[in-house]
Amino acid sequence: MPPIDLDVTAHEHARRLRAGEYTARALAEATLARVRAQEPSLNAYITVTDALALAQAEAADTRLKAGDAGPLVGIPVGVKDLLSTKGVQTTAASHILEGFVPVLDCTVVERLNAAGAVTIGKTNLDEFAMGSSTEHSYFGPTKNPWDLSRVPGGSSGGSAATVASRGVPISIGTDTGGSIRQPAALCGILGLKTTYGRVSRFGIVAFASSLDQAGPFGRDALDVANLLGAIAGHDAHDSTTVPVPVPDYTERFARGFDGLRVGVPDSLMEQGVDPGVREAVEQAIATFAANGAQVKRGIELPAARAALPVYYIIAPSEASANLARYDGVKYGFSYPDGKNAEEAMAESRGRGFGAEVKRRIMLGTYALSAGYYDAYYLKAQKVRTLIQREYAAAFADVDLILTPTSPGVAFRIGEKVDDPVAMYLNDLYTIPVNIAGIPGISIPCGFSEGLPVGLQLVGRPFEESTLLQAAHAYGSVTDWHQRRPPALPEA
Amino acid sequence: MALTAEEVRHIATLARVAVSPEEVERLRVQLSGILDQFQMLNDIDTSDVPPTAQSLNLHSVQRHDEVQASLPRSEALKNAPRTEDGYIRVRAVLD
Repeated sequence: MPPIDLDVTAHEHARRLRAGEYTARALAEATLARVRAQEPSLNAYITVTDALALAQAEAADTRLKAGDAGPLVGIPVGVKDLLSTKGVQTTAASHILEGFVPVLDCTVVERLNAAGAVTIGKTNLDEFAMGSSTEHSYFGPTKNPWDLSRVPGGSSGGSAATVASRGVPISIGTDTGGSIRQPAALCGILGLKTTYGRVSRFGIVAFASSLDQAGPFGRDALDVANLLGAIAGHDAHDSTTVPVPVPDYTERFARGFDGLRVGVPDSLMEQGVDPGVREAVEQAIATFAANGAQVKRGIELPAARAALPVYYIIAPSEASANLARYDGVKYGFSYPDGKNAEEAMAESRGRGFGAEVKRRIMLGTYALSAGYYDAYYLKAQKVRTLIQREYAAAFADVDLILTPTSPGVAFRIGEKVDDPVAMYLNDLYTIPVNIAGIPGISIPCGFSEGLPVGLQLVGRPFEESTLLQAAHAYGSVTDWHQRRPPALPEA
Repeated sequence: MALTAEEVRHIATLARVAVSPEEVERLRVQLSGILDQFQMLNDIDTSDVPPTAQSLNLHSVQRHDEVQASLPRSEALKNAPRTEDGYIRVRAVLD
């Protein structure tokens, strides 16, 4: 039998599985072998789940034989190590959770399992999803497959890198301030953050509960649509999920660019955007216009600039409360000495958390502390209202808002790791979308300095179908999403 | 806005995070730099603006109070560092 081509999309694997070209078991074995071979170069995984993958693949083969039509049956998937997996270590890339084995699957994983997907492993991330480079991982940084001296973005860097390097066709990340879209951009693949409330947070290690959303990575719009369809929807275990019906996310694919009104907030892009990124985005705007989309330049989003400070108040505040649970008593790393309970707790946390996590816990604790609550947290929550109103007003005239995903391309490992203010600027275009609670997608739109550039499209609440329509239309007239990074050594 | 080392140590105590003297100095510089970025919010008029806690404007989501299967004790204790007689063992909080 000829070797399995692992460079194809999930939907092409699905077709070949049904054509009997290979079994889900053979696909899982080939995928595990490639992932293992790439790991010394990429470090995209914290845990590779061989036994689980093979068992799930055999179950998928039974379903395939019975004629199951589900698009994910037998499809290999990577899952960010922030999502609880029953019986499989879940670390959030933190020393404080090393060795933690959940007794439950999170809802997203439960739905992936029900859809017949094959979990290849738990992917690397910035500790507790706090970061934009995957350098803040207790298990070492993930490398960008386009240039191994550079970061893949973050925090879902492992999930993005393994899809870009053709390790797995699809993966799951989470996005609190850009953690799906920015690594998708830096790795040259697609990544979608859903409307807040579209995907259940139950069983996902909490960072900032009013912002966190899990979502899909893939190499074309159809794979992203199919994966989103499998994980989206109301969940009785998460009261912030909304009982809005889950559509077929390919429902608008046939429309192409027809009827799309795209707004460009030029004033947001005046400063700080790399020339090569700007050029690629301008070309993408021209492509939209040339193919029948109505492009409206110069829309105004003045409050969006304030989203960065709003985010760096709200997210650390919520994190400081969420991460209070890591006390060295109930689970996770526990400092065995200390003269009393309080010292043991402080030492467990001081030694268990990395530098960026401590920074954010401290920042949030300060913003919520007596005398500062009104000046920081309450003020941020009010500006948040203004940002939401601003997007709602903008969407009266346009269906999508277009910007770069990130102001630059993948930076070198170590370049920004000790400069939090420079690091936070990576998320200038992605953060306002989380603050407003609306959906956004990053799609490949070109290269600068030989590295991928991402285009961000943002839409109205629960209009993920429109984002995917645009991504599909753009992908049908460009081939940026098909470019692949140089092959990695395969031992 | 510049924080003092004493303020950083106070925040660390509130957060129950042990920090070394080197960390106090690094955090003092870095947190002060981040707080400077927050100053731009002072220029935004929010006098008539209500705060938003989350984007959905959901209110009081409720469900029926029905008995459901819960985690067995052995499972719940599986990840605890120290247990004794089916309980989590903690250090004395009173001397």
